[in-house]
Amino acid sequence: MTAEINFMVGGEAGQGVQSVGLLLAKAMARWGYYVFADQDYESRVRGGHNFFRIRASDSHVEAIRESVDILIALNKESIDLHRRELTKGGVIVYDGEKLPGLAGNDLINVPFTSLAKEEAGDAVMANTVALGAALGLIGYDVNLLNELLTGFFSGESGAKNVKAANAGYELAQEFEGAQRKLTRGGEDKRMLLNGNEAMAVGAIAAGCKFMSAYPMTPITSIMEYLAAHSAEFGLVVVPAEDEISAINMTVGAGYTGVRAMTATSGGGFCLMVEGLGLAAMTETPIVLIEGTRPGPAIGLPTRTEQGDLDFILHASHGEFPRVVFAPATVDDCFNLMTQAFNIAERYQMPVLLITDHYMANSYFTADKFDLSKVTIDRGLLFDKNKAAGGTYKRYAYAESGISPRAFPGNRDALVVADSDEHDEAGHLIEDAETRTKMMDKRFKKMDGLKKEIVPPRYYGADNAETLLIGWGSTYGVIKEAAATMNTSDSAFGHLHLSQIWPFPVEAVSAAMKKAKRTYVIENNFTGQLAGLIREQTGLAANSILKYDGRPFTPEIILAELRKQR
Amino acid sequence: MTVKMEDYNGLTPSWCPGCGNFGILSAVKKALVELNIDPHDLLLVSGIGQAGKLPHYTKGNVFNSLHGRPMPPAVAAKICNRDLKVIAISGDGDGYGEGGNHFIHAARRNHDITYLVHDNQIYGLTKGQTSPTSDFGFVTKTTPQGAPPPFNPLGIAIAAGATLVARSFAGDIEHLSQMIKEGINHKGFALIDILQPCVSFNHKNTYAWYKERVYKLDTDASYNPADKFAAFKKAQEWGERIPIGVFYREDKPVYESEFPALEKGTLVSQAIEPMKAEKLLAEFF
Repeated sequence: MTAEINFMVGGEAGQGVQSVGLLLAKAMARWGYYVFADQDYESRVRGGHNFFRIRASDSHVEAIRESVDILIALNKESIDLHRRELTKGGVIVYDGEKLPGLAGNDLINVPFTSLAKEEAGDAVMANTVALGAALGLIGYDVNLLNELLTGFFSGESGAKNVKAANAGYELAQEFEGAQRKLTRGGEDKRMLLNGNEAMAVGAIAAGCKFMSAYPMTPITSIMEYLAAHSAEFGLVVVPAEDEISAINMTVGAGYTGVRAMTATSGGGFCLMVEGLGLAAMTETPIVLIEGTRPGPAIGLPTRTEQGDLDFILHASHGEFPRVVFAPATVDDCFNLMTQAFNIAERYQMPVLLITDHYMANSYFTADKFDLSKVTIDRGLLFDKNKAAGGTYKRYAYAESGISPRAFPGNRDALVVADSDEHDEAGHLIEDAETRTKMMDKRFKKMDGLKKEIVPPRYYGADNAETLLIGWGSTYGVIKEAAATMNTSDSAFGHLHLSQIWPFPVEAVSAAMKKAKRTYVIENNFTGQLAGLIREQTGLAANSILKYDGRPFTPEIILAELRKQR
Repeated sequence: MTVKMEDYNGLTPSWCPGCGNFGILSAVKKALVELNIDPHDLLLVSGIGQAGKLPHYTKGNVFNSLHGRPMPPAVAAKICNRDLKVIAISGDGDGYGEGGNHFIHAARRNHDITYLVHDNQIYGLTKGQTSPTSDFGFVTKTTPQGAPPPFNPLGIAIAAGATLVARSFAGDIEHLSQMIKEGINHKGFALIDILQPCVSFNHKNTYAWYKERVYKLDTDASYNPADKFAAFKKAQEWGERIPIGVFYREDKPVYESEFPALEKGTLVSQAIEPMKAEKLLAEFF
């Protein structure tokens, strides 16, 4: 029997929902639990309704559950909105002095504010009282709790927070009927981090030296993380005047020979598409993260969607090769980020990573990233001793389509790059023959790229009658839905893509041909991956779609599957 | 080594005979040779338009970027490799229209680059439409009613924070090469706005028209280029008399000096060490 518990923290923006949620998630991870946490917040700095959900289990979890065992309600609205999500025996931890007049067996009155004042001498610690109370209900390890707080809050503040948490913890012991005592989940130590953090660490590990971006939800924290660590890791982060500048700076940096990246959301990416074409035409390596949120236009700034897949695949005018990764886990976020820099430099082209708000801001537990496995491959570089003689030609024709790169400042080469169609030396041309040869050269790179496509993950029965296909951030949710179906008499398989382009034609075709029916599950309106599959394999599939700005849950997928069958 | 004029020979220009760009090209080469800059240490970043072709007609490392976008790759290149002499080359449409925002913010940040704007007050490559600097009332194919009031590049540059602001004239190669040298030697963002006759599409602002009007600022001993307000006032002067020379000069820290990451050397010279990232992981436990 697995030990599992689902928490929710609800309140207004500015009340500390995120910090309580994160501390709770971290507490469970340190107690040996697998944790998955997601956030739902509005596009405002104060007020509104926000919540943070945490699922902790002694077996692997990568999706949220819609039911809640312990709700920490920082305001009344959280109770009104989420009371119905409580499991049988589920409870609400709230401040009965601030929210008087409520009744019910599910209410655990913990006067957060007055306890914080009494015990810690500061009402600011009210949330810590709430945290302590929630952990008290599950019989959490008090020493671990104190360690967590003193690590998180420095100096005197740490000691005060410990007092506040202990006050909540002790009060929770009086509510015997509401307790759900758990024991330590396991002994393994795991990291707890979100998709943006994993990508930012991946970028640093890969030796990214230059980043230029313009803040935009949901990628801003990548920019902030890199800026915070820039001095230590020999990295320059330039806050650009706009996304047009950001990508053009990134291309300029790539041209000089440093590993360079940018990040944006769909709206900013709209401004970047011309620059994307510049990277392609000048064969300059760049890495670009597009964290999708619902569009068009401003859309739902703090919500999630997978609506930009078609856009990413086709962005910018003209035709050119590109690579598109779609990380499915935090491990992918890290690993694909390091690979993205290698692929970008080896093939001298833009590499795009598409994530979304859900992946960017959801927290996962993961084994420690193994940095010794990070390889750095800068691709074919100009070496005058191996060069054919004569003057250096940046775009020399090659069977692989890949010409040796030299960087400005080299004593033996002048590096001429041009956004016009150009000849081997990089000078602009107009003639048909050179144009054809240059197009062929650039597209020859696809031959190499197709040989190293990240294979889709497959999970589930070998003889699956029903195949579920997803891409990117929905991995954990679909996997859990498939696993749940497989506990009944069904035979479900789950195929999940982490690389969209070049498209894994064989793997997808083979899996679909084996199954009797296929559902492609996507957070968008038009079924963009399903369309791509049809285009690339000639095979049609059913779609399960969601475009309300909220992520899938296993329950939603299960309900849809049962309805459609 | 001693750099010679031949070291800067490039492809044959495709400009119209008599184009002001020829004078600018000569002045650029003359300045580079006189400063003894090795083409391998030079990076020319250009936009699109007749001006954008200039790097192909000389020697150096070249990044011929998009229309309106020479500034972002130029400043990024300087950040990544400050050993390069970076010259961005643009035109009035490219730099003041399409790339206006980049111009303002690059000036504000004071990157250590030289910015040459071939300002012919007309769109040449697209054959004769109004530009941001066309004279008020100037009739073109896209402004049969006459052009709206012009953009003031020098005034904008001074207001935005550029630390060297100058104007020269394509018809005076000696003066222009002097201004380009000032720009290259200046530590900071240097704008050289270059009055450039377009013999095909601008029949108003001709060589003769400019020659009658331009005068050199340094002939006025009372003019102080360190005085920002005087410089801004001078930047408004246009019409019967057109000043050329250094309008404004200021010493200010350059953007590239603000980054601790650059204390250890250029970004291009710094090693990639994945294991160093190990210490980042501790905070996730």
